Amino acid sequence: MGDIGKYLSDAGTRAALLDMLLDHVYLSLVPLVVSVVLAIALGWLCHRFRPVNATLIGLSNVVYTIPSLALFAIIPAVIGTQVLDPANVIIALTVYTTALLVRPVAEALAAVPAHITAAATAMGFRPLRRFFSVELPLAVPVLAAGVRVGSVSNISLVSVGALIGTGGLGTLFTDGFRQRYLAPIIIGIVLTLVLALVVDLLLVLLRDRLTPWARAGERL
Amino acid sequence: MKRTLAVVVTAAALVVSACGSKEDLGGSGQQAASGEVVVGSADFTENKILAEIYAGALKATGAKVTVKSGIGARELVVKALQDKSLGVVPEYSGNLLNYFDKTNTTTEAEEVYTALKAKTPSGLEVLEKSDAEDKDVLVVTKATADGGVKSIADLGAGKYALGAAGEWAQRWEAKIEELYGVTFTEIKTTDAGGPITVDALKNGTVQVANLYTTSADIKANDFVELADPKTMYPAQNVVPLLRSDAVDAKGKDALNKVSAALTTEKLADLVKRVDVDKETIANVAADFLKSVTL
Amino acid sequence: MIFADAFAWLVDPVNWSGGKSIPVRVGVHLLYCLGAVLGAALIAVPLGLFVGHTGRGGVVLVGGSNALRALPTLGLVTFLYLVAGGGSAGVLIGLVVLAVPPILAGTYAGIQDVDRGVVDAASGMGMTGAQRLWQVEVPNALPLLVGGLRNAMLQVVATASVAAYVGIETLGRPLLDGLRVLDYGQFVGGAILIALLAVVLDVVLAGVGRLVVPAGLRLSSRGRRAGARSSGAKPRRRGEPAPVESGGSTA
Repeated sequence: MGDIGKYLSDAGTRAALLDMLLDHVYLSLVPLVVSVVLAIALGWLCHRFRPVNATLIGLSNVVYTIPSLALFAIIPAVIGTQVLDPANVIIALTVYTTALLVRPVAEALAAVPAHITAAATAMGFRPLRRFFSVELPLAVPVLAAGVRVGSVSNISLVSVGALIGTGGLGTLFTDGFRQRYLAPIIIGIVLTLVLALVVDLLLVLLRDRLTPWARAGERL
Repeated sequence: MKRTLAVVVTAAALVVSACGSKEDLGGSGQQAASGEVVVGSADFTENKILAEIYAGALKATGAKVTVKSGIGARELVVKALQDKSLGVVPEYSGNLLNYFDKTNTTTEAEEVYTALKAKTPSGLEVLEKSDAEDKDVLVVTKATADGGVKSIADLGAGKYALGAAGEWAQRWEAKIEELYGVTFTEIKTTDAGGPITVDALKNGTVQVANLYTTSADIKANDFVELADPKTMYPAQNVVPLLRSDAVDAKGKDALNKVSAALTTEKLADLVKRVDVDKETIANVAADFLKSVTL
Repeated sequence: MIFADAFAWLVDPVNWSGGKSIPVRVGVHLLYCLGAVLGAALIAVPLGLFVGHTGRGGVVLVGGSNALRALPTLGLVTFLYLVAGGGSAGVLIGLVVLAVPPILAGTYAGIQDVDRGVVDAASGMGMTGAQRLWQVEVPNALPLLVGGLRNAMLQVVATASVAAYVGIETLGRPLLDGLRVLDYGQFVGGAILIALLAVVLDVVLAGVGRLVVPAGLRLSSRGRRAGARSSGAKPRRRGEPAPVESGGSTA
């Protein structure tokens, strides 16, 4: 523990930790936001067109068999980004998270009771408006559950990027390992956990704001 | 409708804030047009210290500098220089020459440096070499050395297992057989002079390990460096490799002064202060820079 | 072009013999994955059954399993290497930690999802708690439980590549080595092998699932799924093994 105190006593180290933390937030949350948008669009496609459904679900299963490290590094070769571009990690995580979210979104949309959509239609809602003001809000709890899993696993997956030089807090693991120095590794693990927890709490708050009709007893 | 609005606004806010933070973090791999220099380093302590020293020297000339540390082996670093992810990296003359010229046979410091300057691809350039050197070295435990292994030539054919980084076999396996007739029972991929290599040698998984001459582990574990009478490993003077347009004349001058001030002993001491005494790389680099008049 | 390089690497006879050959690495990779999933199942299944059956500690379980998910495997593996002075145990523990949450989620959700009417009927028939658990709840929970195992296996197979960083000869080796020197053939070849291994193991587990889940249940579970649809905003994702982490755990 004394080691950790010594490690943290250096102002430069603390500034570097903050940088890594911000990098980590950026690398893990941008994919999350992009995936939510993509998953809603794809989920809608799945919901409207059955064949798309089967294809996309199959595809998302396949995506998950690709090791994250491989995806991080193959992307520059496939789409021609720079090898150290953080975009590689961001795109890889977006692919994963979208794969994670498409299916629950499609199922949640399918689970909206027919009489509700019928009522909305009867009230004169056009399909697009009906989607955004009736079906999507009703799907929020399921979407939120998926997004919470996605955020937690993204936050822990970003660290693997340290093996290709873009790892946010993961850099603490590789650095600490090479120096046989536990302090940075422990701090990296703790910061990752705290970050995941804070983001999760924010997501719960956001979900509750978006679903005011849900009874308190059903939450958490 | 209000709810819809809330969803849209929240999503938009997240996207905007995410985009906004990109510049602040300097997280983008792109070299900024404003003359920002990105200093990169390979994934071992000494190289990271050197990168930090270079960065400090460049900053002193008024340049805007960021450091991207711990990237990988030479192949990746050079690629990153060429695609402009990086501007400057600390390199080692011998291995860099062998990388640029696969057929190279020179090993002596001056010859290597002259050849290196000639073989560096256009767009890239090397500055003055430093006296400081960090060579690959094969080491064995004291017990093995006491058993009569003092030189690479004593390793014989098919007697020992070697632990080294993944790229070692590709670079040296044929060469060591050609020069010394040495072959190994196994070339185990460990890491580039890091804990895996050291532990493998200590616990006997391998009997020979490839480390680097400035490594603090050699002394700490009583490892014995094997002589290399036929100079298989070429001279490895520290030398800045850069993309010519990434650094201005003032910056190049500052890097040359750094190289002139650096010696092997100083370098080894800096490495020890980080790896053994757990000082931060930034502080160690800053200390060294104080001793240099830029 | 990349895939041509990868193919060349895959069929190069040099990579098929000796201590660092593809078969050896597949074997090592497989061993760590099976060990990790087995170890995780030994921890997670009883825990999930207990909490699901008694209904006690659900909140703690969900919170704890989410915290486990957030533990970065690379951090855990490097930490344990330095503490234990070696790689194997650390890697195994790191992978077990990775595999516990999906199995736990599958087991717990499986028990939770058993129709309350069915459980009540079992009680009404005079079944004891243990009889209810083993004869009613567990068989009914099997589809989701197997789903949890499949998710866990997928993640573990993909993540075992990280083990190569601490010197273990899994299929992560060609990944890391290829990456260091930008040898995309070796790199992509390794990735393809890992993906193939994941698919094969997933198919095997799916087959096992089909064998152990009673036929009548498969029919009824389909009925339940249809029923679940109409209940609208229920947060838990149901049914078939999901591609990942069975999102249900966070409900």
